[in-house]
Amino acid sequence: MTSVWIWADVTTSGVASSALELLTKARELSDDVGAVALGPGATGAAAVLGEHGAGVAYVSDDDRLVEPTSRVAAHTLAALVASGSPDVVLFPSSYRARDVAGRLQALTGATVMANAVDLPAIHRARAEVLGGTTIVDIDLAGPTPHLVLLRPQSFEPREVGGSADLVAVDVVEPPGLADVRVLERNDASADGTKLDDAKVVVSGGRGLGGPEGFRLLEELADAIGGSAVGASRAAVDAGWVPYAMQIGQTGATVKPEVYLAAGISGALQHAVGMKASRRIVAITKDPEAPILKLADLGVVGDLFQVIPALTEEVKRRTGR
Amino acid sequence: MNVAVLVKWVPEPQGTPALGEDHLLVREGANGALDPGDEYGLERALQLVERDGGDVVAVSMGPEVANAAVQRALAMGASRGVHVTDPSLRGADTLVTARVLAAVIRSLGSIDLVVAAVESTDGYTGTLPITIAELLGLPSVTFATALDVVEGELRAERQTVAGSEVVASPIPALVTVTTGVAAPRYPSLKGVMGAKSKPVDRPSLSDLGLSSDDVRPTQSIAGVEAAAAKSGGRVIEAGPETAVEIANLLAEARVI
Repeated sequence: MTSVWIWADVTTSGVASSALELLTKARELSDDVGAVALGPGATGAAAVLGEHGAGVAYVSDDDRLVEPTSRVAAHTLAALVASGSPDVVLFPSSYRARDVAGRLQALTGATVMANAVDLPAIHRARAEVLGGTTIVDIDLAGPTPHLVLLRPQSFEPREVGGSADLVAVDVVEPPGLADVRVLERNDASADGTKLDDAKVVVSGGRGLGGPEGFRLLEELADAIGGSAVGASRAAVDAGWVPYAMQIGQTGATVKPEVYLAAGISGALQHAVGMKASRRIVAITKDPEAPILKLADLGVVGDLFQVIPALTEEVKRRTGR
Repeated sequence: MNVAVLVKWVPEPQGTPALGEDHLLVREGANGALDPGDEYGLERALQLVERDGGDVVAVSMGPEVANAAVQRALAMGASRGVHVTDPSLRGADTLVTARVLAAVIRSLGSIDLVVAAVESTDGYTGTLPITIAELLGLPSVTFATALDVVEGELRAERQTVAGSEVVASPIPALVTVTTGVAAPRYPSLKGVMGAKSKPVDRPSLSDLGLSSDDVRPTQSIAGVEAAAAKSGGRVIEAGPETAVEIANLLAEARVI
């Protein structure tokens, strides 16, 4: 029987929603669904994984599994897939999943399909290319399990009310494991509405000119309520705002009711993270900006005038 | 210290890419260039060897035209290049590409650092460098926003989901970098002129010890279709009524 596993990103504060999204797809493909959770928080995640359709949860809470090179996790997973022989392992598109899948590919010789949005069949992946204008189906061959990384929010998490059998995983430390040390850890503060949950995302790019520009967006988001502030890669790379705010290919994918882009040109890398939003408003001074093609309402003009005026208008209507 | 920098030729980074009849990206004849994302790591590598001594080697796999990417790296200051091109590599997937590039790096002998962009601007798979690291048995630091070699050890700051971390690793190691690591220089006229006389090795697959099995792709295109086109929206010039118009849209969406 076809067997599908998913990789669950876990921390001590819980399991990532991406794991639950992947379980929805895995259950469509097979009744034999396993979830792999490696690192502190794994055992605690098993119940949720089971409720969302994992029949088996392969878990280890060992903190060696979260060292920064992902070597231990990849070698551990390689041993696990060798004994469990799933046909496909579904991964999210997170940093860690990319690292683990990339290393696992070298160990098993299996194909890696990144940026997939669906699996129309067990050995076929679908991707949107050329900025989402073209859909490509790709047949996967070679050693199994095939490794498929799916874009965030490609599927809806669905509770099916099951429970997962727990299988304790033996940690495999690869020979000659290099001594990589984490000297310092800085966690960005995570306050306010999360990008995932926001009904409105107000997002800024290079056109904001610096970190001060983001204050205008925060004021607008506060006035609207239930809103979060995001950023393009250009603004994050420039160091204006933390990575946690990045939307696009290497950041979050959002699908809010309204996406409001200020000073963002809308390169392909950004578009893939926001184009599925229900309504898109773009404010840019560049009449040629690609984001205007995505927008339901495109405004060509000075965002430093438009945004404060909009904030005032929203405050007037909401009384906030 | 010797640094190998992976460089990729991408078709028209600012333009609109196209698929050919075989459903593969059209590379021949396109106005391509060195992937802009590769220039940051290349710049940082050049800074490190200018300070500590050593060589930067630009390593690329791609069609004949990809030589332009290697030439750009040489013009910026790399000492030499390696360009692998072979008709059987057309349509190569990440595993094939990783095998080829890992074989090149192995053939270079003493390399202390392998530097690559986090992902390419055209394919943005984002797993290739770390697959190379595993093939070479190297430690890796991905998503580095700052990179240095201190007392014979790699020091890097990297983005994480939670924020950032500072990591130390023995070398040799592989690092993938974001645009934060350095501001790329423009090649000088002297650099451009000098690039032509710098050596570029062009090893064959058999020179690299690779068989036809090693480079057989595991992915094939089953079908291509156009995504449902988004119906065009309205574009207006900002004016006194703009704030009201946007607020109306927010009200229609029932978010205010």
